[in-house]
Amino acid sequence: MTRALETAGAWLLGFLWALPLAYAVWTAFHPSEFSTHFVPTAPLTMENFAKAWAAAPFARYFVNTILLVTMTLAAQLVLCTLAAYAFARFTFRGRDVAFMLVLVQLMIMPDVLIVENYRTMSRLGILDTLIAIGLPYMASAFGIFLLRQTFKTVPKELDEAARVEGAGPLEVLWKVYVPLAKPVYVAYGLVSVSYHWNNFLWPLIVTNSVNSRPLTVGLQIFSSGDQGVDWSIITAATLMTSGPLLIGFLLFQRQFVQSFMRAGIR
Amino acid sequence: MRRQTVQGWLLLLPAALLLVTFTHFPTAATLYHSFFSTAKPNRPSVWVGMDNYRAMVEDPVFWQVLGNNIWYALATIPLSIVLAILMALWVNGKIPGRGLLRLSFFTPTVLPMIAVANIWLFFYTPGYGLLEQITGLFGLPSHNWLGSQSTALPCLIVVTVWKEAGFFMIFYLAALQSMSPNLGEAAALMGAGRWYFFRRVTFRLLMPTTLFVLVNAVINSFRLVDHIIVMTKGGPDNATSLLLYYIYDVGFKFWDAGYAAALTLVLLVILAAFAMGQFLFLDRRVHYQ
Repeated sequence: MTRALETAGAWLLGFLWALPLAYAVWTAFHPSEFSTHFVPTAPLTMENFAKAWAAAPFARYFVNTILLVTMTLAAQLVLCTLAAYAFARFTFRGRDVAFMLVLVQLMIMPDVLIVENYRTMSRLGILDTLIAIGLPYMASAFGIFLLRQTFKTVPKELDEAARVEGAGPLEVLWKVYVPLAKPVYVAYGLVSVSYHWNNFLWPLIVTNSVNSRPLTVGLQIFSSGDQGVDWSIITAATLMTSGPLLIGFLLFQRQFVQSFMRAGIR
Repeated sequence: MRRQTVQGWLLLLPAALLLVTFTHFPTAATLYHSFFSTAKPNRPSVWVGMDNYRAMVEDPVFWQVLGNNIWYALATIPLSIVLAILMALWVNGKIPGRGLLRLSFFTPTVLPMIAVANIWLFFYTPGYGLLEQITGLFGLPSHNWLGSQSTALPCLIVVTVWKEAGFFMIFYLAALQSMSPNLGEAAALMGAGRWYFFRRVTFRLLMPTTLFVLVNAVINSFRLVDHIIVMTKGGPDNATSLLLYYIYDVGFKFWDAGYAAALTLVLLVILAAFAMGQFLFLDRRVHYQ
């Protein structure tokens, strides 16, 4: 009896959770006169997507976001790997203090330092560029922490064996540590890509032209613009901008879930 | 040893440089600039001592925003944690269709907050949105959910819980899966009820996860304002303005950098106090191996 109630409860919650998205999908794929009429015979259409695509420079926004996400991730991987290696396998003065200072960023993220970081970007003369969007996030405390934990589990014997064969520190890092940390790189990569694909406030502040705006900011400008409130087109644009991430998630659901798990639990 | 020091710092250097430039320096600069007036075209920024803070204490909007943020945190955090535990228990159990359930719970996490906010904005639209259609079926009068003082903030809380619960569920799921099934079997043999077992065993074993989730939830409640920009712009009458949103407003709409710095400092103090509390009171093993 309780089991049946529980199943019903779980399904109710699952239904409620899926409802807003299902509603958005319905609206986006049907002509606007059906956006609040739920009849199964309503004709399907792609026209909302076509209209949205034509109404704003979404192609450019897509390029910007993809460039931003790739650039940020690439820089993060390099910087965090080097720093994590130093923290995991080198003993030097000030290491523990430096590590504590890195961890500060877990609490005080660039997301809240918008006023001062804007000042810095303006002084550097790089306002309204993709670099400015990504720069504050490139040295990621989270990435350093995650990789340090992983590198610490690598057996010292492997490290020493490589050194005996005459490999320098960077060669050891590249040949021993990086390959062993592959699943962690995948996990971190997925988390980073979805974070920066979705990031909004900081890009909104530092960009002010089509040339540098990522999708999230483009979508906001599009949907708050003067096209009237045609919800069908706005929802189509909304789904379109989250589309690649959503499709990627549906295809690689297991990896996504496991990556988020791995990134959270250590 | 000398070589280790040089090599260690060299490896650290690029990341350290960026961290100092975009985390430590701006934190210090926030404090510094909060003692200065905002530069205007005809008069440069000057030292004003505590003036920005005095203005803040006398600013009713600041207190309202702070209050909003506290309510927002107090509502979203426990709600999303309880729902996350519930979801994880269900998805971890033998419920029919659990793959589909997990998908439904987790999908909001992958979507951008800004997209989510657009979808919910439509959902809440008076007279037209799905919510109104449902309440209309029950003959309830039309209501401007996001436009009235009393319901606007709760509406945003719902959006946040919807977006976050599935994310936290993942961590609980990971913890549950690492738990020995023998525990449950042993308890069942001894005749312990499921609720009793959950309270005395499962919940306690989930404690480290709860602490981890709690820290994330607190940071998020002060860090994420995307949905406010899309759905309400802090209105009506600041009813949905949160601290970071107010900073954004003051800093980038009124261009009052001095006051924005003072407000940012309050936010930093809140986050730092929380970090200290976590460091001093919570079990460090939650985060360190």
